[in-house]
Amino acid sequence: MTYHYIRPEVIANLSADDPFAGLKAQATRHAYAEAIIELAEENPNVVVLDADVSKSIKTNQFAEKFPERSFNFGIAEQNMMAAAAGMATTGLIPYVSTYAVFASMRALDQLRNSIHYPGLNVKVAASHSGITPGPDGVTHQAQEDLSLLRAVANSTVIAGADSVTTKMAVKAAADWEGPVYLSFTRDPVPLIYTDDFPYQIGKAVTVRDGDDVTIVALRDLVMHALIAAERLAAEGISARVIDCHTLKPLDEETILQAARETGGVVTAENNVIFGGLGSAVAELLVENHPIPMERIGVRDTFAESGPYMDLIHKYGLTYPHIMDAVKQVLARKTPVTA
Amino acid sequence: MIIDKEPTPAGTADLVKLTIPELEQMAATVRCDIIEMITEAQAGHPGGSLSAAEILTALYFRLMRINPTDPHWNDRDRFILSKGHACPVWYAVLAERGYYDKSHLMTLRKLDSILQGHADMKKTPGVDMTVGSLGQGFSAGIGMALSGKLRQKDYHVWVVVGDGECQEGAIWEAAMSGAKWKLDNITVVVDKNRIQNDTFVDDVMPIDPLPDKWKAFGWNVMEIDGHNMTAVVEALEKAKTIKGIPTVIIAHTVKGKGVSYMEDVPAWHGKAPSPELAEQALNEITGGAQK
Repeated sequence: MTYHYIRPEVIANLSADDPFAGLKAQATRHAYAEAIIELAEENPNVVVLDADVSKSIKTNQFAEKFPERSFNFGIAEQNMMAAAAGMATTGLIPYVSTYAVFASMRALDQLRNSIHYPGLNVKVAASHSGITPGPDGVTHQAQEDLSLLRAVANSTVIAGADSVTTKMAVKAAADWEGPVYLSFTRDPVPLIYTDDFPYQIGKAVTVRDGDDVTIVALRDLVMHALIAAERLAAEGISARVIDCHTLKPLDEETILQAARETGGVVTAENNVIFGGLGSAVAELLVENHPIPMERIGVRDTFAESGPYMDLIHKYGLTYPHIMDAVKQVLARKTPVTA
Repeated sequence: MIIDKEPTPAGTADLVKLTIPELEQMAATVRCDIIEMITEAQAGHPGGSLSAAEILTALYFRLMRINPTDPHWNDRDRFILSKGHACPVWYAVLAERGYYDKSHLMTLRKLDSILQGHADMKKTPGVDMTVGSLGQGFSAGIGMALSGKLRQKDYHVWVVVGDGECQEGAIWEAAMSGAKWKLDNITVVVDKNRIQNDTFVDDVMPIDPLPDKWKAFGWNVMEIDGHNMTAVVEALEKAKTIKGIPTVIIAHTVKGKGVSYMEDVPAWHGKAPSPELAEQALNEITGGAQK
């Protein structure tokens, strides 16, 4: 079997004219909002902190269900983040919900000094990560959050591809001692996985077998990697796809094994090419097994307003770009002889 | 003076209630510790440490429900020195209170020390929150107070901030939240020594009228002479009894208090004295009893 843990209807659609058409989809921020209620029912230590975007993330549903465990700090992310640190010192498990631009940038000082330095058990639930909040424009597009968080010591950085694995991540984070940064999409993304997905923080999952090249992707670009792989197969190219849902700690073993077995790597992330997945994999390969590699990600530019899919296409993040990158890798893998 | 006693069992309060003269004597001892440790380290922040000596001494030797042999006791009062650069006063008080041996004080800022340049809760017994980036300790205290309310714990959270620190916007975010949730289980003391890193607060970025600002943010405000031990103790005790509203105590203090050449001199915000000047300082603090 070529695919693993992928829903049959997703596989059936991969080579369709519109591979997204007809698929069940949900913004992963809303998967978080559902999962946190289920988690809070099981774990009395879970509390949710908001900063005036609970209607958007839908954590207002948590607030209705658990009013005493819900804290809306208003438009004051810095106070919210450090207050979460204080709560964590007493044994609570705060999930701090806001947009990724604010979580990772406005409150980065608090994240670093009050949460990661003392290693406190705070979970950051960051919606609108990457250039997913298309129409909102640049100020609300966190194209750097994964890179910034990855640079902080003691960090764990997660970017789930769909609602299924996002819900698994929200629950796994509660059992993970220490800070966890969970990034979510603003826009709906297809439900890719079946419920038997073997979710484990720090463990990347090979979701498509392949021998010629490996595509390592995270969050909303996993779907694009799958589409690219299916279409490349029609051209005789066998691409492995790895869902690297945990950017940090990086699953070096799975990625290195794939690199050794396929001899070429393409990374795909809806995040800048500086310091994120592409950088992490490049660092790993350069030190251990240098092979041809290409990075799909936001180049050295800000994006703009626009519908989600059009936007990520314009900025080079969709499956045609991944297919081109694969071909570049293959060209370098097998030098043309005169 | 009170350390020679049997350790208190874990999970219970270690009751210590020094008299005002004993507290004054302890504050002088703490001041000597501050001078000695910063002189040995040849780095650190003496001015803002000395200005807070009475406040921290009163809290740790009279007010707070704590147990030095069980620093992580769940029901303990919490203390956060949000103006984290002044941690020498915190380290001195914790050592005198028995959280760790006084010999550690001479390791301040050195490699492998439990006493970091700014306080680290994972390294120093008794430090309830890692601090150093201004404004954040207060917010952490808000989180601890919210947690206490949620879990119906009766511990009290004590936070000391600087007046320079009140220039941080996040201080006012935290102040708003304390009023919103009616956190009467947190008390903030502003160590108003009128000097910040560069020079006088009034010249860098005026923060007055500070009492009016805190009132406008929904806090019960008291003002005291932060070096009058009786006033400090009375204000702290009263703050605990005010219900339904958080209390801030504006403590008017003198930066570098107790050392003539440091008092009210901005240069001593973050500078260590020479051994000779340290000797003079110790003599002044102890009224010549040093040696």
